[in-house]
This record gives sequence, C-alpha cells and structure tokens, in this order.
Amino acid sequence: MKSAVASKPRPLRARIGGLPFLIPSILAMAFFVYGLILWTLNMSLTNKNSVGVKEIKYVGFKNYSDLLSDVTFTHAFTNLVKFTVVFILGALISGLIMALLLEKGIKGEGFFRSFYLYPMAISFIAMGTVFNWLLNSTTGEDAGGINLLLQKVGLGFLQNPWYASQSGAMYAIAIPAVWQVAGYVMALFLAGFRGISDDMRQAARVDGASEWQIYRLVLFPHLTPTFLTVVIILGHMSMKVFDLIVGINGKGFVTQTLAVYMWQATFDNFDYAKGTAIALVLLIMVAVLVLPYLRYVNKHEEFR
Amino acid sequence: MRKGSFRLVAAAVAIALGVSACGSSSDDAAKTDTEFEIFTWWASGGEAAGLQGMIDVFTAQNPDTEFINAAIAGGAGVNAKAVLTSRLEADNPPDSFQAHAGMELDGYVKTGKLEDLTSLYESEGWDKVFPSDLIKTLTVDGKIYSVPVNIHRANVLWWNPGAAAKAGVTAAPKTLDEFMGALDKFKKSGIDGIALAGKGDWAIAHLLDWVLLATLGPDKFDGLFNGSTSWTGPEVAEALKNFQKILSYGNKGAANLDWPDAGRLVTQGKAGFFIMGDWASAQWQSDGLKLGTDYTWAPAPMKDGNVAVYQWLSDSFTLPVGAPHRNAAIAWLKVCGSKAGQDAFNPKKGSISARTDSDLSLYDDYLKAVAQQWKTDRLVGSTVHGVTGNNALMAAYNSAVGKYFSGGFKDNAGLAKDLQAAYDAGKA
Repeated sequence: MKSAVASKPRPLRARIGGLPFLIPSILAMAFFVYGLILWTLNMSLTNKNSVGVKEIKYVGFKNYSDLLSDVTFTHAFTNLVKFTVVFILGALISGLIMALLLEKGIKGEGFFRSFYLYPMAISFIAMGTVFNWLLNSTTGEDAGGINLLLQKVGLGFLQNPWYASQSGAMYAIAIPAVWQVAGYVMALFLAGFRGISDDMRQAARVDGASEWQIYRLVLFPHLTPTFLTVVIILGHMSMKVFDLIVGINGKGFVTQTLAVYMWQATFDNFDYAKGTAIALVLLIMVAVLVLPYLRYVNKHEEFR
Repeated sequence: MRKGSFRLVAAAVAIALGVSACGSSSDDAAKTDTEFEIFTWWASGGEAAGLQGMIDVFTAQNPDTEFINAAIAGGAGVNAKAVLTSRLEADNPPDSFQAHAGMELDGYVKTGKLEDLTSLYESEGWDKVFPSDLIKTLTVDGKIYSVPVNIHRANVLWWNPGAAAKAGVTAAPKTLDEFMGALDKFKKSGIDGIALAGKGDWAIAHLLDWVLLATLGPDKFDGLFNGSTSWTGPEVAEALKNFQKILSYGNKGAANLDWPDAGRLVTQGKAGFFIMGDWASAQWQSDGLKLGTDYTWAPAPMKDGNVAVYQWLSDSFTLPVGAPHRNAAIAWLKVCGSKAGQDAFNPKKGSISARTDSDLSLYDDYLKAVAQQWKTDRLVGSTVHGVTGNNALMAAYNSAVGKYFSGGFKDNAGLAKDLQAAYDAGKA
C-alpha cells in the first residue's frame, strides 16, 4: 500500500487538498485567537495597572502573585467554585431525570423536547433581569417573587434571602442557570440514549436483567461519552458565567465571579495588567477542564 | 507557511486600520474644521435634550462644522468607555470627551493625554465665575484639564411630606442626632426609616460617602483623600458606627433594588428618608410627581448641624492632546463653559450650572434653591462619582461597601481596613 503511493507521485491537487480553503480560517484563528492570547499574556506580565502608567515595564508574575492576596479575587474564585458545583450537579441531575422520563418514547415526546429546550432560547441577560425580580430577598409580609409563591402554597418556612445573603448567594444564582440549561442537558442525554441500539436492551432482557440492571449495566456505561461531553460543556459555561450575574446583581461584590471581576478590573478600573492576568487564570482553568477531554476523544477516534 | 501567513494577516490588519484612520480624520489644514467628533453618553431623556440645546448654541456659532457623537455613531453602547480609552492609548483621540470632573481624569492627566486648559479659564473669565472651591478641586499641580458643564448635588435628603406628617417628623433634621431620632419616628409609625438600594453596591457607597462627610465635617473629609485623616482612626470608626446604625433602619430586600426602586419606596410613603443625588428629583418629575407635595428635600444633615456643605459632582469636557479638530474642540469647550451653553443644558438635564451667574429664572424651584447654595456653601467633592477618587479607588470603595453590606453590616473594623486599601489602590 505504502510503496504504491511512493512510487507514483500524487497530483498537486491531492497533496494540498483543501488547504487553500482552510487558509482564511487558519489565519483568522492564528491572529484573533492565538495571537491575542499571546498579546494578553504579554500584557499581564507588565506594570500597566492604570491609565496613569507612563513607562511600561515587565514585572514578571507580580500581577499573578498579587491576585493571591487580593480579597476580591479569592472571593470571586470561591464564588465561582460554589456556582460551578451547584450548577453542574443541578443541571446534570435534572437533565438526566427529564431524559429518563422521555427516553421510553412517550406520547408527544417531540412537544416535550422543545418545551424543555425553550429556556435555552432566552438570553442570559433578559433572564437575569427576570430572576432579579423572582429572587426577591424580602420575606414575611412584604415578600415578592418566589418567596411570595412559597408563602402562598404553605411552604413559608422555605423563604430565604436568595442571593442577598453572603453565604447562599451563589447557590441562588445557580438556580436560573440550571433552569435554563436543564433542557439542553436533557436533549444531549436523549441523543445519547437514542444512540444505543435496541438490540442491547433486548439482549439484556433475554438474559434476564431487571429494568434497573439494564440501565445500570448496559445503558449508563454507554452514556459515558455523552456524560463527559455534558460535564465539559457545563463546566466551561460555568467558568465563563458573566451576563447572568450582571443581569441579576450588576457588578455587586456578593455575587462577583472571575469573569465579572475581570471586566471590572479591565474596563472600569483600566487595570489592564490585572484584568489580563485574571483572564489568563480563567483560560487556564477552562483549558485544564477541556484538554483532557479532547485527548480522550482523539484517542477513541483513533481506535475507530 | 505559518510565519508568512501571520505577516499577511498583520499587513491586512494594518491596511484596515490605516483605511479607517484616514476615513475618520480628514485633513485639517483649513482653519474652520468641517467636523467635530465628541464622546458623550448623553443619549436619551433630559440629558440628550440638554445636550441638543448646547449643540444648538455651538452650531449657531460654528455653522460650517458638522457635529459627530462618536459614542452613538460607533454604536458601542456600554463599551463606549473602553473604546474611548483604547483610542486615547493609541493616540487617536476624539476632539473632546465627557468625563466626571476631578480625580476620574487622574490617569489621563498623569500620562499627558490631556491639554492644560488654564489659559482658556483665564481668557473666558471662568476662574472668576466658577466658585473658588471648585477651581481648587479641579486644579492638579497648578493646571486645569476639563470644563465642567453641570453640577449635581450628592448629599440631598429626600422624603415624603405625607409620610413624615404621619410619623410626626415636622422639620428637616439638621444634625445627625435629629436624623437618627426621625428614623426612629418613622420606624414607630410602621415604615422603614431609610430607603436603601443595594444593587451594584454604589448607592450604598453613596450613602457612606455622606455619612463620612456628615460625621467628619468637610475638612477632615477632604483629609481622607489627601492623607491627613486616617481611614482606620477613631473619626472614621465613629462614622462607620453611624453608618451601621442608619443601615439598620433600611428596607428589607434592599439588595435587589436599584436606586429608582428605592426612591419609589419614599415617594409611595413606604420608607422615610432617602439619601441620593439630585438626579432623583429629575427622575420623579419625569414620573409626574410634584416637588413639595409628592416629595420634598433638604440639605443632608451634618453632625454639628451646619448644613451649608455642598457635596458635588460634575460632568465635564476635555481637550485631548492631538485632537484632530482642535479649533472646533476649543470652540466647543467655550460653549460648554459659557452662560448660554450651561443655561441651555442644565434646566433640561436637571442639574445646575457650574457658573455662579446663571439665569435662575430658567430653572425649577429645587434647582433655584441649590444654585443659591452653590454660591455660598462649602464645596466638597463626591467619592463615588469620581471627584475625590480615581477609577481604582472608586471600584475598590464600592466593593468594600458591597462586602460589608452583604455581610449583614457587622464588620466595622474590616470595612475600615478595606477602605484604607481602597485609598491605597487609588494612590498606586
């Protein structure tokens, strides 16, 4: 096979293939993504901490080490971790449950699919505004939003200040986020279920597996790639969360996350060095999450 | 391959930038500039109407110059400020841009992005018609870099006469003690003592700014920003105690509210007092409310009862170094500082003229009264609105207050420390 190719030189067209068509996007990516990442890195190593800096000097990793002692940064980081955990778990569980309910092919599945998927169509910023009203922090007689609803249905003891309390703020913010993406997670899982051949279930049934065993031993293992995909998608969405938070609480301290703090540092304070440093921390966090996944996918595709 | 292609992109980008640069700055050999490009955020409501009034004055004097608002023409919206900064960094400035007068311009001044306008102040006589306290605050190392077009008052106490009568609050409190007493009366009558707006932190920081001023007095307050008063000393500790007490009279659910929502609590009689800048009055009037019946005002109380202290903020226009249409920009700044220009702008914007000789008959009753005080009161700058603190200080100040407020306003020592850090951040 190999020798055949070597003995007869391939025509030019075959050798360059689709390359000319790829060049524009390669160029655009090289400049606008990778070039600008380098530019950001470069900026984060300088002393450009305000518009008042006259002479730009390199200060090494000072901006990064300063972040460690920056209370707002550590606060924003903890907030992000809290948010991510609740958001991923919440969206995974609710999405999976909805997928399980639809997976058997109930009547009107198409309707329910789009019904649950629709929240995705709302922009984060519009939803943030609405949830700012719903997550009204007043309780008791002046209650509004969800608190009022809880009161009316006799669950008054569940009322709480939502994102106005320092400890619970990020968990409250995760609620609208989960609400929005749960349908999307459902759609992904549903696609995963559909990808599993019916023969498998039938074979398992013939072997005498109970319904639970079919799910646990046959279906769920086949869903692992889907599961990973979902976690990666949710994870990187969560890391970059910005519009939802700004929509709900502006740039308020209590709900600050890394992306919001980056915006504030860069565009409100004009502290470009700090802003770019935060941006790179965020990029690295997302990379740590995504790269192992890409490797996993590549490996598995080689086997195919 | 990669390297070559990178160069290609760089070349393409350079060409694109070059083309757009040529497009925006026409040759200005001619004495009269045909264009004049400005950055301003006044795009709607009374602000836009006021700006239009000023533009009319300008075009009457300079009929051959086309007026371009880059912030709107660029369609950049929220990003307008970022776009402006990057243009200044790249030495491609607009002819003039809007900014809060005072320390907010600090960074641009330090890097030499702005022209000194002191001679303009002398030739136009502004050094005489603007109050001397204002000139003093605007002057950095003997030079002035911007022309204030309007003055807002930050330390105004608002309340609802109906609710006050019901609670037995008969006169405006002058001292902090009277203020606290009135808060109590409101509480006893069954409403919240003060309306708070926690969304985005700044309105609470605005309140703190007044409490600091009221407790420390104007001289010590100024001292906070020149280093002669300590942020962690006993005076600030006392102020923070007052702040803590006042917050405890606040409405529930403040964290969700923006300032117009909190203001509505007062006009609807659900809360007693409201400390907010006088843009509140403009907002309420556009809502159809009447000064005197639906809401009323007084200068915010001071600890010693001497309420002739005017905490101000101001929007101003500048002359960037290398402005492509410098002549037009100077003509614009002259309009900005002129009596005709300011009196065309301010009645519509709901602010007063920075000049002490404005035509008061054009203004409403509230503005008439504060314009009178503007001439005689001791003037102090606002922190939250960019007079006494630069961008870095303001952001850290707001965060510190947000942290304190969302933590249930308990940690006074922590707040003092954070405020000190905010001051240091502004120095850095």
